[in-house]
Amino acid sequence: MAEHEINAGFMPLFDSAVLVIAREMGFAAREGIHLKLSRETSWANIRDRIAIGHFDVAHMLGPMPIACNLGLTPLASDTIVPFSLGLGGNCVTVSNAVWDGMAAHGALADLDPTRSGTALGRLIRARAAAGESPLRFAVTHPHSGHNYELRYWLAGCGIDPAREVEIVIVPPPFMADALAAGRIDGYCAGEPWNSVSVVAGTGHIATVKAAIWRASPEKVLGVRKSLARDHPDALSALLRALHHAARWCQEPANHNDLTALMAQPAFLGKPAEIQMRALTGRLDVGGGAVRRVEDFFLPFDKAANFPWKSHALWFYTQMVRWGDVAHSPEHAAIARDCYRPDLYRAALKPLGVALPGANAKVEGALTTATPVGSAGASLVLGPDGFFDGRIFDPDRLDAYIETQASSLQTID
Amino acid sequence: MSRAALRILIIDENRIRAAIIEQGLREAGHGEVSVVHDMAGIARRIADIEPDVIVIDLENPNRDMLESMFQLSRAVKRPIAMFVDRSDSASIEAAVDAGVSAYVIDGLRKERVKPIVDMAISRFNAFSRMARELEEARGELESRKIIDRAKGILMKSRGLSEQDAYALLRKTAMNQNRKLADVAQSLVTAADLLGPGGL
Repeated sequence: MAEHEINAGFMPLFDSAVLVIAREMGFAAREGIHLKLSRETSWANIRDRIAIGHFDVAHMLGPMPIACNLGLTPLASDTIVPFSLGLGGNCVTVSNAVWDGMAAHGALADLDPTRSGTALGRLIRARAAAGESPLRFAVTHPHSGHNYELRYWLAGCGIDPAREVEIVIVPPPFMADALAAGRIDGYCAGEPWNSVSVVAGTGHIATVKAAIWRASPEKVLGVRKSLARDHPDALSALLRALHHAARWCQEPANHNDLTALMAQPAFLGKPAEIQMRALTGRLDVGGGAVRRVEDFFLPFDKAANFPWKSHALWFYTQMVRWGDVAHSPEHAAIARDCYRPDLYRAALKPLGVALPGANAKVEGALTTATPVGSAGASLVLGPDGFFDGRIFDPDRLDAYIETQASSLQTID
Repeated sequence: MSRAALRILIIDENRIRAAIIEQGLREAGHGEVSVVHDMAGIARRIADIEPDVIVIDLENPNRDMLESMFQLSRAVKRPIAMFVDRSDSASIEAAVDAGVSAYVIDGLRKERVKPIVDMAISRFNAFSRMARELEEARGELESRKIIDRAKGILMKSRGLSEQDAYALLRKTAMNQNRKLADVAQSLVTAADLLGPGGL
């Protein structure tokens, strides 16, 4: 088979695992793809290098390619998403002082987003009444699942993220230090960067992405549109390699090998034990309290790699909600067209694996695990609920955006 | 009234490289150049300096933080765009290749900014070249030391003169199509493994 070279950029985060495994375990080579991996130091570098063509594909935050295509970034390029690198994997971690304050207002070490958020809201108002400065939370990037799920959680608990807290940007490897030094009071980041604070005894996990919105999108494979146009077969081969790699990552029998590999300094460079928490969903939330989170991080199961158009559109609604972009049919179309389930289907069709029947779904509608899918093989989706019980129907985009705008006003 | 001199801020944790760029800009007649090595309190520094152009190295993991700061208008009074001309892809590519990025206040004429960006690019490249040459020089010194040790082993174990020991190493390297330093390294490793009296 002819070798096709594909250059990929990644950030040292656990959910780069599917890309790393595709190369290191030979899945890419078996598909005739010579996959070259470059570790990067910022999302801005990834964006720049994909824009000028150093990278053909990259590990990206789910909303990032949408922001690029909407022209919201300093350097933009046509980037598409034919594959998702997993669901879930993030936590909201707060300082010990904030946790003590939350506990005094009713928070328990059960990761319950409603209880934690309500307690945080009471703490914030008590601080405001005492004339103290607003709490400062950090996320990894403005156009990230972290930013939008943190804001969704806060707003859903009656806290105005634009006024009652300050939200700043901190690179994930610096989160734990910033928290320990008191420069921030809390943060939303992917694992292992939450457990790093717990292990250091300087932070407490208040809630998790999987509880705010279960089975929700996180990192994706961003692809230069020109690659899909000029080398569709190579892209299909890469997607098949990533599919096999993702299945390998999900399999518990491989978790020791996976964490040992990711522990190498060239990839994540953090001990296997701390990585295992994301894979098993068994989290020490602080002070030795261990909680088991269902579907904490899914690299493969529940159609985790399918680039749902409803995921792209949900990210878009949050961009509108927080003032990143004005809502218009043209903008919505750019977001919708950014995620490309058609390319995912075309690549995986020869494998005869189960594929979802639709390209978009009503998010938050499944309350139990539900068998779906076509092509005879079995596929299970959900549960996929939002913590506040709301649902997002991508066919009723305007209504959803409207509701969110008015629900924010009631907070004023 | 527009300011006469552009204010330029260099953000680089590498002090030597920052100094090289600063010097280049000053030589080109830019008087208002500031350098920041440490990211702590960077928002404050930017607010104080009010730079027109910010030059930052791409290895800096805080680029995402800086960009979000530029988008919020609290720290920076005027919006900042990356480079001055998005359509100038050759210049952007040259910058990324060199490992540098530039953020520029909106509304500046590109004739004023391009020389600054070009200067940063050429100085970054010069620094990389210098670092590479230093690395090579260091490697050369290491090789020379290894070859001396290998010569010493041959002289002792086979009773050769220094000249003959060197000739033997060279001949072996040529016959095996390997570098002299590699052959010497193999000999030294073997001698270390076999221990004293092994050869």
